[in-house]
Amino acid sequence: MIVASSGPGLVDLLTVFVLAAFVGYEVISKVPSILHTPLMSGSNAIHGIILVGSMIVLGEAHGAAQLVLGFLAVVLATLNVVGGFVVTDRMLEMFKSRQTPRPTREPDDPKTGGTP
Amino acid sequence: MIQGTATSFVYLITIVGFILALKGLSSPKHARRGNLIGAAGMILAVAWTFSLSNVHVSARNLALIVVAMVIGIVIGAPAARTVKMTAMPQMVAIFNGVGGGAAALVSITEFIALPHSGIALYKIGEVLFGVVVGAVSFAGSGVAFAKLQELMSGRPVTYPGQQVLNATLGIVILGLVGAVVGTASTPLLVVVLVLSLVLGVVFVLPVGGADTPVLISLLNAFTGLAVAASGFTLNSYLLIVAGTLVGASGTLLTRMMSDAMGRSLPNILFSAFGSVITAGTAEGVEGRSVRTGTPEDIGVLLAYARKVAIVPGYGLAVAQAQHTARELADALAERGVEVYYAIHPVAGRMPGHMNVLLAEANVPYDQLDEMDEANREMPTTDVALVVGANDTVNPAANNTPGSPIYGMPIVHADEAQNIIFLKRSMRPGFAGIDNELLYDPKTTMLFGDAKDSLTKLVAAVKAA
Repeated sequence: MIVASSGPGLVDLLTVFVLAAFVGYEVISKVPSILHTPLMSGSNAIHGIILVGSMIVLGEAHGAAQLVLGFLAVVLATLNVVGGFVVTDRMLEMFKSRQTPRPTREPDDPKTGGTP
Repeated sequence: MIQGTATSFVYLITIVGFILALKGLSSPKHARRGNLIGAAGMILAVAWTFSLSNVHVSARNLALIVVAMVIGIVIGAPAARTVKMTAMPQMVAIFNGVGGGAAALVSITEFIALPHSGIALYKIGEVLFGVVVGAVSFAGSGVAFAKLQELMSGRPVTYPGQQVLNATLGIVILGLVGAVVGTASTPLLVVVLVLSLVLGVVFVLPVGGADTPVLISLLNAFTGLAVAASGFTLNSYLLIVAGTLVGASGTLLTRMMSDAMGRSLPNILFSAFGSVITAGTAEGVEGRSVRTGTPEDIGVLLAYARKVAIVPGYGLAVAQAQHTARELADALAERGVEVYYAIHPVAGRMPGHMNVLLAEANVPYDQLDEMDEANREMPTTDVALVVGANDTVNPAANNTPGSPIYGMPIVHADEAQNIIFLKRSMRPGFAGIDNELLYDPKTTMLFGDAKDSLTKLVAAVKAA
């Protein structure tokens, strides 16, 4: 429930908004193209923070309309959080082998070494 | 929402976690850790929120929260864990869309809860911003999902007067937003919601399938802004900062992705890629013959080459042929052939798609050449083996100004001594335009599923 008289004022909120916009812009200044999709997916998970807002809205809900809408909001936001982080992790899991480049061929490999 | 000092502090930790997550995700070394830090921050914030008095107003509401979260987890976790790598882009679209939907719903619910008199006008403005942007993101992501999942054609959908109609719809929504701010009328808000959903759909329809990843990134930024708007409504720094971080970094990322494709964002959004004049390339193509080869011929050609470039594309991903591609590369390396992979940054259906797939098949990192590097090697390459790629090697991008992909950087497979195309059919690529290179005298086609073809080539190389 909103109590307009207490809590931060509009200018406080705007200050935080503007600062956050600069941080968001600066923090990812150089991204190699191979990370574009994981980064998109990871930031997708972060806006799942709407789950916190959804929980509060449903917690304070009165009447059928608010209950139904709030309930749906929590379901969708949870999907966003869970799906977002899990999908990102699965994408990034694929990158782990690049830390240890393997030699192009192993002459003593018995599996392929015998081919005429 | 009025919160105590402890809550503010916990949320601050979460905010720092999110910033570190984004920072980590922009470097290959720390990406995975970054994502985990973000997830930890999220868990912390959600767990702490359960302790707030706001969610303990009634036992029934608290129970509903738990039930709703369980439903979300039960649907989301298995879907995210089992989705194939090839279907990742549409999965991201869906999870983005639901976030936008949640932001819109939070704003609507708060609107209903607002005392409808004596409320500051900007409060209603914030609610409306959240509703409009969240709904556009929700509906737009749904259409993007349908395009990528091939539930509908990936081709751009166009109709006469499209831009004018879309612009009119936007103006009507703006006008209604003004009316809602003036009257605080709930029925009018519902009209705004419905029109915003329609706007989301018509906004995405003209964007071609190949551009969809860029579009999803833009909608991701939209969702971030919708979340920030909900944060204004709820007086929550946490939501404002997290949403704005995503909105700002998402906007920058969208620009980087469109730059990687050599195209401007307005061009992607409004040019209806793929439907524009293809006359320049299409003429005289009808009835032209292509050269096809047997796997044995091609196997010999590869086995006696000095240097071979493998140019992977979406076809490789669809056929799950990354392991077989590696087998072929190994078989060639065994014979002393120098093999490298020429990776176009947007090959497949998301940037970095090919790197992910080939890394999964344990292809050594040093064999993966980024496009510029590969293009330097191409003139001295004996065979360019194009596996399920098309648009990313289409020379029309360089030499046909009328073509929709004109100006896009490509892998210069046409500069290799020989070109082999492994393709399922003569069908054009995702951009829906013909490829001159298929008719080049240096080109040999091998039709079929990429995995089958590669398996045959491995056998042929070993036998050669």
